Amino acid sequence: MSAASVGAEARAGVRSGTVARIQARRPIRWSRVGRYLLLAIVSLAVAFPILLAFSYSFMTEREIATSPPPIFPAAPTLDNYARVIGSIPIFRYLLNSFLASSLVVIGQLLTATLAAFAFAFLDFRGKPLIFLLFISTMMVPWEATIIPNYLTIRTLGWLDSYQGLSVPFMASAFGTFLLRQSFLQLPRDLFDAAVMDGASKFRFLWWIVVPLSRAGMATLAVYAFLSTWNQYFWPLLITNQPLMRTTQVGIAQLRFEETLRWGNLMAGVSMVVLPTLLLLVLGQLQLVRGLTAGAVKG
Amino acid sequence: MQTAPPVATLSAASAAAASAVIPGRQPWTRRDLRSLGEALLYLGPSLVLFSAFVFVPLARTLYLSFFYTNPIGNPTTFGGVEQYVALATSPEFLTGLRATFLFVLYSVPLGIAIALVLAVLGNQRLRGINLFRTLMSSTIAVSASVGALMWLLLFNPSLGLLNYLIGSIGLTGPNWLTDPNMAILSLSITTIWLMLGFNIIVLLAGLQGIPEELYESARIDGAMGVNTFRHITIPLLSPSLFFLLVVDAITVFQAFTQVRLLTQGGPVDTTRVLVYSIYLDAFVNFQFGYASAQSMVLFFIILLLTIIQFRFVERRVHYQ
Repeated sequence: MSAASVGAEARAGVRSGTVARIQARRPIRWSRVGRYLLLAIVSLAVAFPILLAFSYSFMTEREIATSPPPIFPAAPTLDNYARVIGSIPIFRYLLNSFLASSLVVIGQLLTATLAAFAFAFLDFRGKPLIFLLFISTMMVPWEATIIPNYLTIRTLGWLDSYQGLSVPFMASAFGTFLLRQSFLQLPRDLFDAAVMDGASKFRFLWWIVVPLSRAGMATLAVYAFLSTWNQYFWPLLITNQPLMRTTQVGIAQLRFEETLRWGNLMAGVSMVVLPTLLLLVLGQLQLVRGLTAGAVKG
Repeated sequence: MQTAPPVATLSAASAAAASAVIPGRQPWTRRDLRSLGEALLYLGPSLVLFSAFVFVPLARTLYLSFFYTNPIGNPTTFGGVEQYVALATSPEFLTGLRATFLFVLYSVPLGIAIALVLAVLGNQRLRGINLFRTLMSSTIAVSASVGALMWLLLFNPSLGLLNYLIGSIGLTGPNWLTDPNMAILSLSITTIWLMLGFNIIVLLAGLQGIPEELYESARIDGAMGVNTFRHITIPLLSPSLFFLLVVDAITVFQAFTQVRLLTQGGPVDTTRVLVYSIYLDAFVNFQFGYASAQSMVLFFIILLLTIIQFRFVERRVHYQ
């Protein structure tokens, strides 16, 4: 049965309930090939700008300028990559981004774990108010406070520094709520038993809660890492020295060069996007493997 | 580019907020104080950072918005609400504000609609469907800056594929980024694409939460394609759709990177959206007071959207 005829039947079915009921007895199926074809077309269309950037990164400037615009490089060359690596300190940018993002991850894991523990396990007066205080930080867009924050960082002498890139983002209400959710999954008895046995609350947190909440912490770590890695506005503001630029800012500078070389730009773009793309693909594989592992065990 | 927190966490947070009852005015006992003191040891690091980088800066933004400053950002003369009056009468700012709302209007509903179609396609049970899901949601791995640079190439009038394709069917492609009528639309196209991966992932999760039996029984009752979509899929997906509506709107209101890399606010201020205007006035023109007043406008817009979201999620929790 072709996709077109099924479509016609579906329309007929909508018009008339009787027809639909008769047809419902037959299993209704699109042709498998048609489904795959449609999926392939739309998925490739969505990913097209990414694929095109990779493709252009292997073309010479002359080839890019030909008409009609080429899609695949006729004679793939690595010249663009060589030129990008030679002209801008891209490995330094990657290192800067990596360091700043890692610092944010460590900071958020520490502050959010402590705060989430207080919200999940401690009873104290003023809890609702402090909870609201945490929530309210989610209502303040970073861009609305960017001016005073810039002035603060400048006063502290933190322009062009890793502290400047990371410290403002080391606390996160979202991260706190995420970990609080995962802490609340743990049985409360565990806490009561530990406290009764004389363990200090902090030891309980460190030796029991943290090891049992690794999944939640991993989620927070990935989320914090990616959102810092992808920042543009803040690092653009507070870094001026070329050697302190982050990847996103450093690559985008290629766009403002006197003569824009598309091959270079796309080589830079490819180098920046590849790590996060791999992370996405590996994440998917991990997910599939986790599911099948569970199936075998269960 | 999206950094919106997942639905579950937000709903949990606001549920807890909803249950937050302010305690009666009982006197503080020594025990109350001790318990609070202990809790503050754990909450302290977060609270210190929030004070330094959220609460105090917000108050300072408000304060600065009442002053004129010197070029290094120190308040010099008190102006009261003069900056706000200046904003309300500035054609430049009003054009920008209009552009901001157009930007949101073009990007959000269409972005969600496209993601919905793709998510439904990706929700079929087929061998190898994960490959297609990964490809469809691949834009989540693309940062705003890199994504904007990819579209800079596509939009290019002489080299770009977009105008070549339009030309090949006999039409003339527009000057995407330099035509005042097109620039905001081009930014929206880029933004829709950037948000697509995140939107698809949220909607796929929502679709997979709809029990299969509902479709089964609908099929037995004779409902088909479009009907089940309208009467089962859309209503049951409405929490995810609403979540995206608010979160995407917040994201677009805060968008800066695409604007800076594609149009720089031009041509003739047609894409001078709020955040870009703050950037220009504060860090290019050094009018920190004037830019702070604009920051407060942005703050109130986002505040309103967040409250709407919390309200809604709260109600949903109550219904359960």
